[in-house]
Amino acid sequence: MISCVTRGAAETRSLGAAVAAVAAPGDLIVLAGDLGAGKTALVQGFAAALGVARPVTSPTFVLANRYVGRMVVNHLDAYRLNGMAEARDLGLPELLDDGVTLVEWGDVISAALPASRLEIALGFGAGPDDRSVVLTPWGPSWLERRAALGRAVQTWRAPVRAGGAPAEPEPAC
Amino acid sequence: MARRRRRPNPGVGPVTPPPPSSLIGAPAMAAPPPIVGDNALVLGIETSCDETAAAVVAGGGRRVLSSVVSSQIDLHARYGGVVPEIAGRAHVELMLPVVTEAVVTAGVADDDVAAVAATCGPGLVGALLVGVSAAKALALVWSVPFVAVNHLEAHLHAAFLDEPDIELPVVVILVSGGHTMLVLMTDRLRFRVLGETLDDAAGEAFDKVARFLGLGYPGGPAIDRLATAGDPDAIAFPRPMLDDGWDFSFSGLKTAVINHVRRHQAADPADVAASFQEAVADVLVAKARRAAAACGARGLCLAGGVAANTRLRELVLDAGMADGLETYLPSPAMCTDNAAMVAAAGWWRLRADGPSPLDAGADPSLRLPGC
Repeated sequence: MISCVTRGAAETRSLGAAVAAVAAPGDLIVLAGDLGAGKTALVQGFAAALGVARPVTSPTFVLANRYVGRMVVNHLDAYRLNGMAEARDLGLPELLDDGVTLVEWGDVISAALPASRLEIALGFGAGPDDRSVVLTPWGPSWLERRAALGRAVQTWRAPVRAGGAPAEPEPAC
Repeated sequence: MARRRRRPNPGVGPVTPPPPSSLIGAPAMAAPPPIVGDNALVLGIETSCDETAAAVVAGGGRRVLSSVVSSQIDLHARYGGVVPEIAGRAHVELMLPVVTEAVVTAGVADDDVAAVAATCGPGLVGALLVGVSAAKALALVWSVPFVAVNHLEAHLHAAFLDEPDIELPVVVILVSGGHTMLVLMTDRLRFRVLGETLDDAAGEAFDKVARFLGLGYPGGPAIDRLATAGDPDAIAFPRPMLDDGWDFSFSGLKTAVINHVRRHQAADPADVAASFQEAVADVLVAKARRAAAACGARGLCLAGGVAANTRLRELVLDAGMADGLETYLPSPAMCTDNAAMVAAAGWWRLRADGPSPLDAGADPSLRLPGC
């Protein structure tokens, strides 16, 4: 188990970027945390670090987004799913063969997901923008990378912007 | 089963691509007839999310003969959102009754229909496939063109169904549960995405704040109702990215609302709802006004389910008065997902690009062309 505290969404994105440094195709990352805890922010930093140029938006309504960077990033959201049958409808086995898969509210459908995974739980901290983050590797593939993950997490302090791009000036028409 | 013989339909010409632009106006060439005539009827089918809808529309939106929406909101209310497995199954169950009702209400015969259009994305893939498959089957049986329609492009046509003579260009504020974007529309087939959300859609922020306040689903109307009893200036919620380009970010605003309620348990939910709604509407309208000025647009137009929000409509009207812009506020029936907008968009796409192949699939993450 690896714990840390992020102070603001920018740091949560940086933490996502740090986790991306040790991710590999076929990985499953399960994100847990209440509304506003920073699950999407973490995925934004993760995807930007893998070269995804498009804005990474919340998949709550569309359920699943697919991005292509240096590897495919599948971004799922189980917020509206009711029960395991619906989780199976997401086609997880096919997704897991194709790039790295991050599931927001994944704790809700935990039983439908493979046991080999990295769990990231985000909780509210002392200040309004503070988040306590606990990363728990499960299964041999993630346990092998535990030390590398711990080192990567120490690097999350450099902020990463949403969408991976710097702020743009007012566009001309 | 014996096939019905189609009687000649003045709305349908041979399916040939338009000539290259260099040949247009060449004296020896007779202009080929368009794929669909000026007043041709298009059957539209929409199943991208939680509505099964069908409509018969003439002339790309000049006349809506029928628009049937079979809302599944009762099914979804129990689960607090769109449930894909239920959405897929319900679309299958509702497809034939809804299409039949659309054709019967329109008072037309099957063989008056010149083309069948269906939403092919973005949306839930299982739901999209139900509509696309039904449209292809009908197009095959009736021997008419099938045309795949982008759901977002269809939303841009919605305002024209109420008001066919919109003066272009307009800046469209397209806001729904899954999408939030500013689009410059220069004609019915040309548009440019000026900005879009970088995280949560406006409608999603409404739904999540409503759920946090315990207001139930759908969250947009619940917040709208509660806000009428609250003070929009009670809480100074942030206006995210107000002066920063044309993109939007509503995730931080959602978090600010949650933080406020956590720290002020006694806060009046009506004040929270009104102040949150004010912040969302404020950002949407401020950016649209600046975009209209920068692009020389003649009007502001609303589209998408959140366009039914009372405060957003008021602020758009105020902005139009202040800036001398025409304002187009489609009826709620045209703002929310419907098939009339799909039929209208299908007519315009068919005229411009010809039919879609029958092996065209659904694309859950389809974007607007040119963005």
